[in-house]
Amino acid sequence: MTDFGFTLSRSSALDLTKADTRLYERLCSLSPDARTCMGCGSCSATCTAGPYNGMSLRKVILGLQRGQDVRPMLKGCMLCGKCTMVCPRGINTRQLILNLCRIYD
Amino acid sequence: MKENVVIIGGGVAGMEAARQLLFLGYNPIVVEQQDHLGGHVSQWNRLFPDMASAQDLVRHMGEEIVDANIFLETKVNFINRLREGYLVMLSNGVSVACRAILIASGFRLFDATRKEEYGYGVYDHVITNADLENWFNGNADSRIPAAPKSVGFVHCVGSRDLKAGNSQCSKVCCMTAVKQAIEMKEHFPDARIYCFYMDLRLFGKKYEDFYINAQQEHGVQFIRGRISEVGETLDGRLQVKAEDTLSGKPLRAQLDLLVLMAGMVCNPDAAELARMARLEVDSDGFLRSADNIAGIVGSNRPGIFYAGACTGTKTVPETLAEARSAALDIHRFIQGK
Repeated sequence: MTDFGFTLSRSSALDLTKADTRLYERLCSLSPDARTCMGCGSCSATCTAGPYNGMSLRKVILGLQRGQDVRPMLKGCMLCGKCTMVCPRGINTRQLILNLCRIYD
Repeated sequence: MKENVVIIGGGVAGMEAARQLLFLGYNPIVVEQQDHLGGHVSQWNRLFPDMASAQDLVRHMGEEIVDANIFLETKVNFINRLREGYLVMLSNGVSVACRAILIASGFRLFDATRKEEYGYGVYDHVITNADLENWFNGNADSRIPAAPKSVGFVHCVGSRDLKAGNSQCSKVCCMTAVKQAIEMKEHFPDARIYCFYMDLRLFGKKYEDFYINAQQEHGVQFIRGRISEVGETLDGRLQVKAEDTLSGKPLRAQLDLLVLMAGMVCNPDAAELARMARLEVDSDGFLRSADNIAGIVGSNRPGIFYAGACTGTKTVPETLAEARSAALDIHRFIQGK
């Protein structure tokens, strides 16, 4: 093939049609309240670890809905449970994270 | 002799219904717990979307119903079912036999002390939307600094909050926050104003104009993230934490004043009325309308009607429209049509 001296970058666009949401569905079967997240960011705002290692439960749930690998973020969670106290939808966030860890195991 | 209609609640719903019932030839009897008419509106300063004076509205509405029987500082003790109609016993010793009752008991403002993480009643510079209106009305408030450099508004305090027992959107707070943000900027042109929101719900006539105006003319910054906690710094300023969800990063800010947009919750007095008159309460705690589309002012009991925020969160114009609608339905009911 002729080398034209440039390459194409991979698109960073999310493709909802191709997104693999099986992990998200499995999580929802264990933690049905995951579906009630409205992305307000209270969990991430109050997270003690997030500012230092990038953990954000809001992004974890969103990432799963978009079929992304969220394990690097999940590793940052220290299971302190502060997010559970602030969630306006009353999601049992700590249990949700534990369930997700079980699924990844 | 004119026929009695008991109106429970002397806020704008009860006042407007009384006006219409007078016009239709009835004798409305307005029962109000407070020592004045006008309810929450009487405590407000200016009303969106035209920034009309709330006091003028209440005064004008009051002038229209001078011929009605108005009992202030009065409660309903009990409601008894008669063969035809009801007997309403009031705390002032008066009892009224009537065929129709209008419940216009309104809402309660959410008690912001219940969201402890926001520090209302704990920190020196945390106030509510109602406190701010009170200050706009010229009443002193030591919690509002003389020259704040930064002011934050927290949307959805006690609304859309299952932990506070109120999952509903209070509907008017987004617009009230935008209105009050603009008003604060007018008071303090040098201050930075932030609105912390989850979703902006600016659905009504001219609301979007306020939003654009707040951005364009007043430089109000809208941050999509719910404040999770408030603390106080050593020098007495407020430190708030939110996630700036649009940039995906935790966010901190120091503020001189924080205004909590306390939402509308169902009035516990309405639950008491429901018990007395065997009315149905809806899943959201508000009184259940006969039908949420075609019969909002109707109840499950013949002769008992609703108007305003006793059935859910309402704007002032919606409340007034329901009051007129209820007055007409009461007229039809009494006429047997």
